[in-house]
Amino acid sequence: MQQQIIDMTTMTLRRPAARAVMSLAAIIWLSGCSSLGVNPWERGTLAKPEMALDSQPIVSALDDHIYFSKEASSGGRSFGGGGCGCN
Amino acid sequence: MADAASEVVAVAVTDPGKPAGRTRSLSSTLAMATAALLSSTGSQAGFLSDDADWQVSAGLLVYNEQDRVSAVEPVISARKSLDTDEFLNLKLTIDTLTGASATGAVSADLPQTFTRPSGNGQYRIGADSTPLDDTFKDTRVTLNAGWERPVAEELTLTLGTALSKEYDYLSLGLSSGLARDINGGNTTLSGGFSASFDASEPVGGEPVPFAAMQPSGTEQIRQGSGSDKQVYDAIFGVTQIIDQRSLFQLNYSISHSSGYLNDPYKFISVVDPVTGNPVFENGDQVDLPTVAYENRPDTRTKHSLYAQYKISLDDRILDTSYRFLTDDWGINSHTLDFRYRIPLSKGRYWQPHLRYYRQSAADFYTPFYIGENRPAAGDSSSTGSADYRLGELTGMTVGLEFGRRTTSSGWSVAAEYYLQSGDEPDNKFGALSSQTLYPDVDIFFLRFVRDF
Repeated sequence: MQQQIIDMTTMTLRRPAARAVMSLAAIIWLSGCSSLGVNPWERGTLAKPEMALDSQPIVSALDDHIYFSKEASSGGRSFGGGGCGCN
Repeated sequence: MADAASEVVAVAVTDPGKPAGRTRSLSSTLAMATAALLSSTGSQAGFLSDDADWQVSAGLLVYNEQDRVSAVEPVISARKSLDTDEFLNLKLTIDTLTGASATGAVSADLPQTFTRPSGNGQYRIGADSTPLDDTFKDTRVTLNAGWERPVAEELTLTLGTALSKEYDYLSLGLSSGLARDINGGNTTLSGGFSASFDASEPVGGEPVPFAAMQPSGTEQIRQGSGSDKQVYDAIFGVTQIIDQRSLFQLNYSISHSSGYLNDPYKFISVVDPVTGNPVFENGDQVDLPTVAYENRPDTRTKHSLYAQYKISLDDRILDTSYRFLTDDWGINSHTLDFRYRIPLSKGRYWQPHLRYYRQSAADFYTPFYIGENRPAAGDSSSTGSADYRLGELTGMTVGLEFGRRTTSSGWSVAAEYYLQSGDEPDNKFGALSSQTLYPDVDIFFLRFVRDF
Protein backbone atom coordinates (compact mmCIF):
# COMPACT_ATOMS: atom_id res chain seq x y z
CA MET A 1 0.00 0.00 0.00
CA GLN A 2 2.85 2.37 0.87
CA GLN A 3 4.45 1.69 -2.49
CA GLN A 4 1.18 2.55 -4.17
CA ILE A 5 0.98 5.90 -2.39
CA ILE A 6 4.51 6.79 -3.40
CA ASP A 7 3.83 5.86 -6.99
CA MET A 8 0.68 7.97 -7.09
CA THR A 9 2.42 10.96 -5.59
CA THR A 10 5.24 10.70 -8.09
CA MET A 11 2.76 10.43 -10.89
CA THR A 12 0.76 13.44 -9.80
CA LEU A 13 3.82 15.66 -9.46
CA ARG A 14 3.99 15.64 -13.22
CA ARG A 15 0.76 17.56 -13.26
CA PRO A 16 1.19 21.33 -13.67
CA ALA A 17 -0.88 22.38 -10.66
CA ALA A 18 0.91 20.06 -8.25
CA ARG A 19 4.24 21.10 -9.70
CA ALA A 20 3.37 24.78 -9.16
CA VAL A 21 2.61 24.20 -5.49
CA MET A 22 5.79 22.21 -4.96
CA SER A 23 7.77 24.92 -6.77
CA LEU A 24 6.27 27.56 -4.50
CA ALA A 25 7.19 25.52 -1.44
CA ALA A 26 10.73 25.04 -2.75
CA ILE A 27 11.17 28.75 -3.45
CA ILE A 28 10.02 29.63 0.04
CA TRP A 29 12.31 27.04 1.55
CA LEU A 30 15.36 28.06 -0.46
CA SER A 31 14.87 31.81 -0.08
CA GLY A 32 14.50 31.43 3.66
CA CYS A 33 11.56 32.90 5.47
CA SER A 34 13.83 35.44 7.15
CA SER A 35 13.93 37.50 3.98
CA LEU A 36 10.16 37.89 4.15
CA GLY A 37 8.09 39.72 6.70
CA VAL A 38 7.55 43.17 8.15
CA ASN A 39 8.12 45.06 11.36
CA PRO A 40 5.37 45.11 13.99
CA TRP A 41 4.49 48.73 13.21
CA GLU A 42 3.96 47.86 9.55
CA ARG A 43 1.09 45.45 10.13
CA GLY A 44 -1.86 47.85 10.02
CA THR A 45 -3.37 46.24 6.92
CA LEU A 46 -2.59 42.68 7.97
CA ALA A 47 -4.20 43.26 11.37
CA LYS A 48 -7.62 43.94 9.86
CA PRO A 49 -10.08 41.14 10.66
CA GLU A 50 -10.87 40.63 6.97
CA MET A 51 -7.16 39.90 6.30
CA ALA A 52 -7.14 36.90 8.67
CA LEU A 53 -6.57 33.68 6.74
CA ASP A 54 -9.85 32.30 8.07
CA SER A 55 -11.71 35.58 8.44
CA GLN A 56 -15.16 33.94 8.45
CA PRO A 57 -14.94 30.69 10.45
CA ILE A 58 -18.68 30.06 10.34
CA VAL A 59 -18.70 30.45 6.56
CA SER A 60 -15.77 28.03 6.28
CA ALA A 61 -17.49 25.50 8.53
CA LEU A 62 -20.81 25.64 6.66
CA ASP A 63 -19.12 25.40 3.25
CA ASP A 64 -16.80 22.60 4.34
CA HIS A 65 -19.78 20.58 5.53
CA ILE A 66 -21.50 20.94 2.15
CA TYR A 67 -18.48 19.85 0.17
CA PHE A 68 -17.64 17.06 2.64
CA SER A 69 -21.05 15.55 1.99
CA LYS A 70 -20.94 15.94 -1.81
CA GLU A 71 -17.34 15.18 -2.71
CA ALA A 72 -14.71 12.56 -1.88
CA SER A 73 -12.26 15.13 -0.48
CA SER A 74 -12.18 17.05 2.78
CA GLY A 75 -9.80 18.94 5.02
CA GLY A 76 -6.66 20.75 3.94
CA ARG A 77 -7.20 24.06 5.66
CA SER A 78 -7.80 22.20 8.90
CA PHE A 79 -8.73 18.70 10.02
CA GLY A 80 -10.93 16.76 7.63
CA GLY A 81 -11.81 13.82 9.87
CA GLY A 82 -15.08 12.14 10.71
CA GLY A 83 -18.02 13.56 12.56
CA CYS A 84 -20.78 12.95 10.07
CA GLY A 85 -22.50 10.00 8.51
CA CYS A 86 -23.11 11.92 5.30
CA ASN A 87 -20.04 10.61 3.51
CA MET B 1 -32.76 22.30 23.06
CA ALA B 2 -32.84 22.37 19.30
CA ASP B 3 -35.92 24.60 19.20
CA ALA B 4 -34.42 27.10 21.61
CA ALA B 5 -31.24 27.38 19.57
CA SER B 6 -33.20 27.79 16.34
CA GLU B 7 -35.18 30.64 17.81
CA VAL B 8 -32.01 32.35 18.98
CA VAL B 9 -30.47 32.10 15.53
CA ALA B 10 -33.67 33.23 13.83
CA VAL B 11 -33.57 36.39 15.92
CA ALA B 12 -29.91 36.82 15.14
CA VAL B 13 -30.21 36.70 11.38
CA THR B 14 -33.36 38.72 10.93
CA ASP B 15 -32.49 41.67 13.09
CA PRO B 16 -29.21 43.07 11.83
CA GLY B 17 -29.69 46.79 12.33
CA LYS B 18 -30.03 47.73 15.95
CA PRO B 19 -28.58 50.29 18.34
CA ALA B 20 -25.22 49.54 19.93
CA GLY B 21 -26.69 49.20 23.41
CA ARG B 22 -29.10 46.56 22.28
CA THR B 23 -26.32 44.77 20.46
CA ARG B 24 -24.42 44.35 23.69
CA SER B 25 -27.54 43.10 25.37
CA LEU B 26 -28.32 40.62 22.63
CA SER B 27 -24.72 39.52 22.46
CA SER B 28 -24.75 38.84 26.16
CA THR B 29 -28.03 36.98 25.88
CA LEU B 30 -26.67 34.86 23.03
CA ALA B 31 -23.53 34.14 24.99
CA MET B 32 -25.55 33.00 27.96
CA ALA B 33 -27.81 30.91 25.75
CA THR B 34 -24.81 29.30 24.06
CA ALA B 35 -23.09 28.65 27.34
CA ALA B 36 -26.24 27.13 28.77
CA LEU B 37 -26.74 24.95 25.69
CA LEU B 38 -23.18 23.74 25.68
CA SER B 39 -22.79 23.28 29.38
CA SER B 40 -23.79 20.10 31.12
CA THR B 41 -24.64 21.79 34.39
CA GLY B 42 -26.22 25.02 35.44
CA SER B 43 -23.29 26.04 37.61
CA GLN B 44 -20.94 25.88 34.63
CA ALA B 45 -23.30 28.04 32.62
CA GLY B 46 -23.23 30.59 35.41
CA PHE B 47 -19.46 30.64 35.44
CA LEU B 48 -19.25 31.02 31.68
CA SER B 49 -21.77 33.83 31.51
CA ASP B 50 -20.26 35.82 34.40
CA ASP B 51 -18.47 38.17 32.10
CA ALA B 52 -20.02 39.94 29.15
CA ASP B 53 -16.70 39.73 27.30
CA TRP B 54 -17.91 37.34 24.60
CA GLN B 55 -17.59 37.40 20.86
CA VAL B 56 -20.67 35.73 19.44
CA SER B 57 -21.39 34.74 15.84
CA ALA B 58 -24.48 33.10 14.43
CA GLY B 59 -25.20 31.69 11.02
CA LEU B 60 -27.94 30.03 9.07
CA LEU B 61 -27.55 27.89 5.96
CA VAL B 62 -30.55 27.15 3.74
CA TYR B 63 -29.57 24.44 1.26
CA ASN B 64 -31.50 22.93 -1.62
CA GLU B 65 -30.60 20.31 -4.21
CA GLN B 66 -32.98 20.27 -7.12
CA ASP B 67 -35.35 17.28 -6.68
CA ARG B 68 -33.14 15.90 -3.91
CA VAL B 69 -32.03 16.94 -0.44
CA SER B 70 -33.01 20.12 1.40
CA ALA B 71 -31.31 21.23 4.59
CA VAL B 72 -31.52 23.99 7.15
CA GLU B 73 -28.46 24.43 9.32
CA PRO B 74 -28.33 27.02 12.10
CA VAL B 75 -25.04 27.49 13.92
CA ILE B 76 -24.02 29.65 16.83
CA SER B 77 -20.51 30.10 18.17
CA ALA B 78 -19.10 32.02 21.11
CA ARG B 79 -15.56 32.93 22.01
CA LYS B 80 -14.67 34.09 25.46
CA SER B 81 -11.44 35.66 26.59
CA LEU B 82 -10.38 33.93 29.81
CA ASP B 83 -7.04 35.62 30.26
CA THR B 84 -4.35 37.28 28.19
CA ASP B 85 -4.29 35.29 24.93
CA GLU B 86 -6.37 32.54 26.53
CA PHE B 87 -9.72 31.74 24.97
CA LEU B 88 -12.62 29.36 25.25
CA ASN B 89 -14.51 28.56 22.01
CA LEU B 90 -17.95 26.97 21.92
CA LYS B 91 -20.06 26.09 18.91
CA LEU B 92 -23.43 24.48 18.39
CA THR B 93 -24.64 23.32 14.97
CA ILE B 94 -28.00 21.79 14.12
CA ASP B 95 -28.49 20.26 10.71
CA THR B 96 -31.95 19.21 9.53
CA LEU B 97 -32.11 17.24 6.30
CA THR B 98 -35.07 16.01 4.26
CA GLY B 99 -35.59 14.82 0.72
CA ALA B 100 -34.35 12.21 -1.69
CA SER B 101 -30.91 10.71 -2.01
CA ALA B 102 -29.35 8.83 -4.93
CA THR B 103 -29.06 5.11 -4.16
CA GLY B 104 -26.48 4.15 -6.77
CA ALA B 105 -28.90 2.09 -8.87
CA VAL B 106 -29.11 2.81 -12.60
CA SER B 107 -32.09 4.37 -14.30
CA ALA B 108 -33.78 2.11 -16.82
CA ASP B 109 -36.46 2.17 -19.48
CA LEU B 110 -38.52 -0.04 -17.18
CA PRO B 111 -40.10 0.92 -13.85
CA GLN B 112 -38.28 -0.38 -10.77
CA THR B 113 -39.56 -0.88 -7.22
CA PHE B 114 -37.09 -0.84 -4.33
CA THR B 115 -37.40 -1.78 -0.65
CA ARG B 116 -36.86 0.94 1.91
CA PRO B 117 -33.78 0.58 4.19
CA SER B 118 -35.94 -0.53 7.11
CA GLY B 119 -37.13 -3.51 5.07
CA ASN B 120 -40.70 -2.30 5.46
CA GLY B 121 -42.23 -0.33 2.62
CA GLN B 122 -41.20 0.31 -0.94
CA TYR B 123 -40.72 3.15 -3.39
CA ARG B 124 -41.36 2.99 -7.12
CA ILE B 125 -39.11 4.64 -9.66
CA GLY B 126 -40.61 5.33 -13.09
CA ALA B 127 -38.94 4.54 -16.37
CA ASP B 128 -36.01 6.77 -17.36
CA SER B 129 -35.71 8.22 -13.83
CA THR B 130 -32.71 8.16 -11.50
CA PRO B 131 -33.50 5.94 -8.49
CA LEU B 132 -33.74 8.19 -5.43
CA ASP B 133 -34.75 7.06 -1.96
CA ASP B 134 -37.19 9.74 -0.87
CA THR B 135 -37.19 8.76 2.80
CA PHE B 136 -33.99 10.62 3.60
CA LYS B 137 -34.62 12.51 6.82
CA ASP B 138 -32.22 13.28 9.63
CA THR B 139 -31.30 15.82 12.25
CA ARG B 140 -27.71 16.22 13.32
CA VAL B 141 -26.61 18.06 16.43
CA THR B 142 -22.95 18.94 16.81
CA LEU B 143 -21.21 20.49 19.79
CA ASN B 144 -17.65 21.77 19.59
CA ALA B 145 -15.61 23.10 22.48
CA GLY B 146 -12.07 24.40 22.26
CA TRP B 147 -9.55 25.98 24.54
CA GLU B 148 -6.44 27.86 23.52
CA ARG B 149 -3.74 29.36 25.68
CA PRO B 150 -0.05 30.26 25.51
CA VAL B 151 2.14 27.62 27.13
CA ALA B 152 5.51 29.27 26.55
CA GLU B 153 6.88 32.33 24.85
CA GLU B 154 5.48 32.48 21.31
CA LEU B 155 3.94 29.02 21.73
CA THR B 156 0.18 28.46 21.78
CA LEU B 157 -1.63 25.25 22.65
CA THR B 158 -5.14 24.43 21.45
CA LEU B 159 -7.30 21.58 22.68
CA GLY B 160 -10.66 20.68 21.25
CA THR B 161 -13.48 18.21 21.53
CA ALA B 162 -16.44 17.49 19.30
CA LEU B 163 -19.64 15.53 19.69
CA SER B 164 -21.98 14.88 16.79
CA LYS B 165 -25.18 12.86 16.90
CA GLU B 166 -27.67 12.02 14.23
CA TYR B 167 -30.32 9.34 14.12
CA ASP B 168 -28.07 6.56 12.88
CA TYR B 169 -24.62 7.97 13.64
CA LEU B 170 -22.57 9.11 16.60
CA SER B 171 -19.14 10.74 16.48
CA LEU B 172 -16.78 11.77 19.26
CA GLY B 173 -13.66 13.73 18.45
CA LEU B 174 -10.59 15.06 20.21
CA SER B 175 -7.98 17.40 18.80
CA SER B 176 -4.87 19.24 19.87
CA GLY B 177 -2.49 21.64 18.21
CA LEU B 178 0.60 23.72 18.80
CA ALA B 179 1.54 26.95 17.02
CA ARG B 180 4.89 28.67 17.37
CA ASP B 181 5.68 32.17 16.19
CA ILE B 182 9.22 32.75 14.98
CA ASN B 183 11.06 35.31 12.92
CA GLY B 184 9.63 38.23 14.86
CA GLY B 185 6.08 36.97 14.50
CA ASN B 186 6.32 36.87 10.71
CA THR B 187 6.31 33.09 10.53
CA THR B 188 4.06 30.68 12.36
CA LEU B 189 4.79 26.97 12.45
CA SER B 190 1.87 24.79 13.44
CA GLY B 191 1.10 21.15 13.98
CA GLY B 192 -1.98 19.32 15.12
CA PHE B 193 -3.50 15.93 15.70
CA SER B 194 -7.09 14.81 15.90
CA ALA B 195 -8.87 11.54 16.52
CA SER B 196 -12.49 10.76 15.80
CA PHE B 197 -14.41 7.72 16.99
CA ASP B 198 -17.61 7.11 15.06
CA ALA B 199 -20.36 4.53 15.43
CA SER B 200 -23.08 3.92 12.87
CA GLU B 201 -26.34 2.08 13.39
CA PRO B 202 -27.94 1.95 9.96
CA VAL B 203 -31.71 1.82 9.70
CA GLY B 204 -32.62 -1.84 9.23
CA GLY B 205 -29.14 -3.05 10.18
CA GLU B 206 -25.82 -3.35 8.35
CA PRO B 207 -26.19 -4.94 4.91
CA VAL B 208 -24.07 -7.95 4.00
CA PRO B 209 -21.68 -6.82 1.22
CA PHE B 210 -23.04 -7.60 -2.25
CA ALA B 211 -26.15 -9.29 -0.85
CA ALA B 212 -29.25 -8.64 -2.93
CA MET B 213 -32.09 -6.42 -1.74
CA GLN B 214 -35.11 -8.50 -0.70
CA PRO B 215 -38.82 -7.71 -1.15
CA SER B 216 -40.51 -5.44 1.36
CA GLY B 217 -41.81 -7.23 4.43
CA THR B 218 -39.40 -10.13 4.12
CA GLU B 219 -36.15 -10.57 6.02
CA GLN B 220 -33.29 -8.52 4.57
CA ILE B 221 -29.77 -9.97 4.46
CA ARG B 222 -27.99 -8.13 7.26
CA GLN B 223 -24.97 -8.71 9.51
CA GLY B 224 -25.71 -6.96 12.77
CA SER B 225 -26.83 -3.55 13.84
CA GLY B 226 -23.76 -1.49 12.97
CA SER B 227 -20.02 -0.96 13.18
CA ASP B 228 -17.43 1.59 14.21
CA LYS B 229 -14.99 3.81 12.39
CA GLN B 230 -11.85 5.60 13.57
CA VAL B 231 -10.28 8.61 11.87
CA TYR B 232 -6.86 9.99 12.77
CA ASP B 233 -5.63 13.25 11.27
CA ALA B 234 -2.32 15.07 11.50
CA ILE B 235 -1.63 18.48 10.01
CA PHE B 236 1.56 20.53 9.70
CA GLY B 237 1.63 24.06 8.41
CA VAL B 238 3.58 27.24 7.95
CA THR B 239 2.07 30.70 7.77
CA GLN B 240 4.27 33.48 6.46
CA ILE B 241 3.80 37.23 6.23
CA ILE B 242 5.29 38.28 2.92
CA ASP B 243 5.01 42.06 3.10
CA GLN B 244 2.72 44.75 4.48
CA ARG B 245 -0.22 43.60 2.44
CA SER B 246 0.10 39.87 1.76
CA LEU B 247 0.60 36.54 3.48
CA PHE B 248 0.34 32.87 2.68
CA GLN B 249 -0.17 29.52 4.33
CA LEU B 250 1.01 26.05 3.32
CA ASN B 251 -0.35 22.93 5.02
CA TYR B 252 0.34 19.25 4.64
CA SER B 253 -2.13 16.85 6.20
CA ILE B 254 -2.51 13.13 6.43
CA SER B 255 -5.68 11.32 7.42
CA HIS B 256 -6.15 7.64 8.13
CA SER B 257 -9.59 6.06 8.47
CA SER B 258 -10.30 2.49 9.43
CA GLY B 259 -13.33 0.39 10.24
CA TYR B 260 -16.73 0.57 8.59
CA LEU B 261 -16.34 2.99 5.68
CA ASN B 262 -19.35 1.80 3.64
CA ASP B 263 -22.48 3.81 3.03
CA PRO B 264 -25.11 1.27 4.18
CA TYR B 265 -27.83 2.82 2.02
CA LYS B 266 -25.97 2.56 -1.30
CA PHE B 267 -26.16 -0.36 -3.72
CA ILE B 268 -25.17 -1.37 -7.24
CA SER B 269 -27.43 -2.50 -10.08
CA VAL B 270 -26.86 -5.81 -11.81
CA VAL B 271 -27.64 -5.53 -15.52
CA ASP B 272 -28.24 -8.16 -18.17
CA PRO B 273 -25.07 -8.72 -20.25
CA VAL B 274 -27.09 -8.82 -23.49
CA THR B 275 -29.88 -6.26 -23.13
CA GLY B 276 -28.31 -3.80 -20.67
CA ASN B 277 -31.56 -3.77 -18.67
CA PRO B 278 -31.59 -4.34 -14.91
CA VAL B 279 -31.94 -7.99 -13.98
CA PHE B 280 -35.31 -8.87 -12.42
CA GLU B 281 -34.90 -12.32 -10.92
CA ASN B 282 -36.88 -12.19 -7.70
CA GLY B 283 -39.77 -14.63 -7.92
CA ASP B 284 -41.75 -12.99 -5.11
CA GLN B 285 -41.62 -9.48 -6.50
CA VAL B 286 -41.12 -9.27 -10.23
CA ASP B 287 -40.50 -5.50 -10.36
CA LEU B 288 -37.70 -5.65 -7.75
CA PRO B 289 -34.41 -5.31 -9.65
CA THR B 290 -31.37 -7.24 -8.48
CA VAL B 291 -29.18 -4.75 -6.65
CA ALA B 292 -26.14 -5.60 -4.52
CA TYR B 293 -25.15 -3.63 -1.43
CA GLU B 294 -21.80 -1.89 -1.76
CA ASN B 295 -18.52 -2.69 0.00
CA ARG B 296 -15.56 -0.32 0.32
CA PRO B 297 -12.08 -1.00 1.66
CA ASP B 298 -11.93 -0.91 5.45
CA THR B 299 -9.04 1.56 5.49
CA ARG B 300 -8.32 4.80 3.70
CA THR B 301 -5.26 7.05 3.83
CA LYS B 302 -5.44 10.55 2.40
CA HIS B 303 -2.66 13.07 1.86
CA SER B 304 -3.38 16.69 1.07
CA LEU B 305 -1.42 19.81 0.35
CA TYR B 306 -3.20 23.11 0.89
CA ALA B 307 -1.90 26.54 -0.09
CA GLN B 308 -3.61 29.84 0.58
CA TYR B 309 -2.53 33.30 -0.49
CA LYS B 310 -4.20 36.50 0.61
CA ILE B 311 -3.37 40.00 -0.57
CA SER B 312 -4.81 43.46 -0.03
CA LEU B 313 -4.88 45.41 -3.28
CA ASP B 314 -5.59 48.96 -2.12
CA ASP B 315 -8.77 48.27 -0.16
CA ARG B 316 -9.73 45.18 -2.12
CA ILE B 317 -8.78 41.73 -0.87
CA LEU B 318 -8.01 38.71 -3.01
CA ASP B 319 -8.20 35.42 -1.13
CA THR B 320 -7.16 32.41 -3.15
CA SER B 321 -6.42 28.81 -2.25
CA TYR B 322 -5.53 25.52 -3.86
CA ARG B 323 -5.73 22.00 -2.45
CA PHE B 324 -4.37 18.82 -3.90
CA LEU B 325 -5.54 15.57 -2.36
CA THR B 326 -4.57 12.01 -3.11
CA ASP B 327 -5.57 8.78 -1.39
CA ASP B 328 -5.05 5.05 -1.58
CA TRP B 329 -8.54 4.56 -3.03
CA GLY B 330 -7.22 6.03 -6.27
CA ILE B 331 -8.87 9.41 -5.83
CA ASN B 332 -6.90 12.51 -6.77
CA SER B 333 -8.57 15.89 -6.51
CA HIS B 334 -7.82 19.53 -7.21
CA THR B 335 -9.69 22.40 -5.59
CA LEU B 336 -9.26 26.06 -6.53
CA ASP B 337 -11.03 28.79 -4.62
CA PHE B 338 -11.18 32.56 -5.20
CA ARG B 339 -12.87 35.26 -3.15
CA TYR B 340 -12.53 38.92 -4.04
CA ARG B 341 -13.74 41.45 -1.51
CA ILE B 342 -14.74 44.83 -2.93
CA PRO B 343 -15.39 47.51 -0.30
CA LEU B 344 -18.18 50.05 -0.56
CA SER B 345 -18.94 52.95 1.77
CA LYS B 346 -19.77 52.61 5.48
CA GLY B 347 -18.13 49.20 5.88
CA ARG B 348 -20.28 47.53 3.26
CA TYR B 349 -18.74 45.18 0.73
CA TRP B 350 -19.38 42.79 -2.14
CA GLN B 351 -17.53 39.51 -2.36
CA PRO B 352 -17.79 37.36 -5.50
CA HIS B 353 -16.75 33.73 -5.03
CA LEU B 354 -15.59 31.11 -7.52
CA ARG B 355 -14.68 27.52 -6.71
CA TYR B 356 -13.56 24.75 -9.02
CA TYR B 357 -13.26 21.10 -7.98
CA ARG B 358 -12.22 18.05 -9.97
CA GLN B 359 -11.75 14.50 -8.73
CA SER B 360 -10.84 11.20 -10.33
CA ALA B 361 -12.82 8.05 -9.54
CA ALA B 362 -12.05 5.58 -6.80
CA ASP B 363 -10.48 2.37 -8.13
CA PHE B 364 -13.49 0.35 -7.00
CA TYR B 365 -16.14 2.71 -8.35
CA THR B 366 -18.48 0.91 -10.70
CA PRO B 367 -21.79 2.32 -11.96
CA PHE B 368 -23.21 -1.20 -12.44
CA TYR B 369 -22.30 -4.89 -12.53
CA ILE B 370 -22.73 -6.88 -15.72
CA GLY B 371 -24.37 -10.21 -14.94
CA GLU B 372 -22.07 -12.62 -13.18
CA ASN B 373 -19.38 -9.96 -12.52
CA ARG B 374 -21.11 -9.17 -9.26
CA PRO B 375 -19.10 -10.52 -6.30
CA ALA B 376 -20.79 -13.19 -4.23
CA ALA B 377 -22.89 -12.12 -1.27
CA GLY B 378 -20.70 -11.85 1.81
CA ASP B 379 -17.46 -11.56 -0.18
CA SER B 380 -15.93 -8.89 2.02
CA SER B 381 -12.57 -9.16 0.26
CA SER B 382 -14.06 -7.61 -2.89
CA THR B 383 -14.88 -3.93 -3.15
CA GLY B 384 -17.36 -2.00 -5.24
CA SER B 385 -19.52 1.10 -4.98
CA ALA B 386 -21.81 3.01 -7.34
CA ASP B 387 -21.92 6.06 -5.06
CA TYR B 388 -21.61 8.91 -7.58
CA ARG B 389 -19.49 10.88 -5.07
CA LEU B 390 -16.73 8.32 -5.64
CA GLY B 391 -16.90 8.72 -9.42
CA GLU B 392 -15.05 11.12 -11.67
CA LEU B 393 -16.75 14.46 -11.26
CA THR B 394 -16.39 18.21 -11.55
CA GLY B 395 -17.93 20.78 -9.22
CA MET B 396 -18.27 24.46 -10.00
CA THR B 397 -19.49 27.05 -7.50
CA VAL B 398 -20.40 30.65 -8.26
CA GLY B 399 -21.47 32.87 -5.40
CA LEU B 400 -21.92 36.44 -4.28
CA GLU B 401 -21.79 37.77 -0.75
CA PHE B 402 -22.93 41.16 0.47
CA GLY B 403 -22.21 42.36 3.96
CA ARG B 404 -21.24 45.07 6.34
CA ARG B 405 -18.55 45.13 8.98
CA THR B 406 -17.97 47.78 11.61
CA THR B 407 -15.25 47.76 14.25
CA SER B 408 -17.44 45.82 16.67
CA SER B 409 -19.86 43.76 14.61
CA GLY B 410 -20.88 42.69 11.14
CA TRP B 411 -23.31 40.71 9.05
CA SER B 412 -23.36 39.10 5.64
CA VAL B 413 -25.72 37.34 3.30
CA ALA B 414 -24.55 35.13 0.45
CA ALA B 415 -26.15 33.22 -2.39
CA GLU B 416 -24.22 30.39 -4.00
CA TYR B 417 -24.90 28.02 -6.89
CA TYR B 418 -23.04 24.71 -7.08
CA LEU B 419 -23.20 22.49 -10.16
CA GLN B 420 -21.86 18.97 -9.94
CA SER B 421 -21.31 17.14 -13.22
CA GLY B 422 -20.09 13.59 -13.60
CA ASP B 423 -18.66 11.75 -16.54
CA GLU B 424 -20.97 9.19 -18.12
CA PRO B 425 -19.50 5.67 -17.95
CA ASP B 426 -17.83 4.70 -21.21
CA ASN B 427 -18.93 1.06 -20.92
CA LYS B 428 -22.66 1.72 -21.34
CA PHE B 429 -24.28 -0.71 -23.75
CA GLY B 430 -27.70 -1.89 -24.89
CA ALA B 431 -30.60 -0.24 -23.07
CA LEU B 432 -28.15 1.59 -20.79
CA SER B 433 -26.88 3.63 -23.74
CA SER B 434 -30.05 5.72 -23.76
CA GLN B 435 -29.95 6.33 -19.99
CA THR B 436 -28.26 9.16 -18.10
CA LEU B 437 -26.36 7.36 -15.36
CA TYR B 438 -24.54 10.39 -13.99
CA PRO B 439 -27.07 13.24 -13.96
CA ASP B 440 -25.97 16.75 -13.01
CA VAL B 441 -26.76 17.85 -9.49
CA ASP B 442 -27.89 21.48 -9.10
CA ILE B 443 -27.48 22.96 -5.64
CA PHE B 444 -28.50 26.40 -4.48
CA PHE B 445 -27.80 27.70 -1.00
CA LEU B 446 -28.22 30.88 1.01
CA ARG B 447 -26.01 31.72 3.93
CA PHE B 448 -26.58 34.34 6.62
CA VAL B 449 -23.95 35.24 9.19
CA ARG B 450 -24.13 37.77 12.00
CA ASP B 451 -21.18 38.75 14.21
CA PHE B 452 -22.21 40.44 17.43
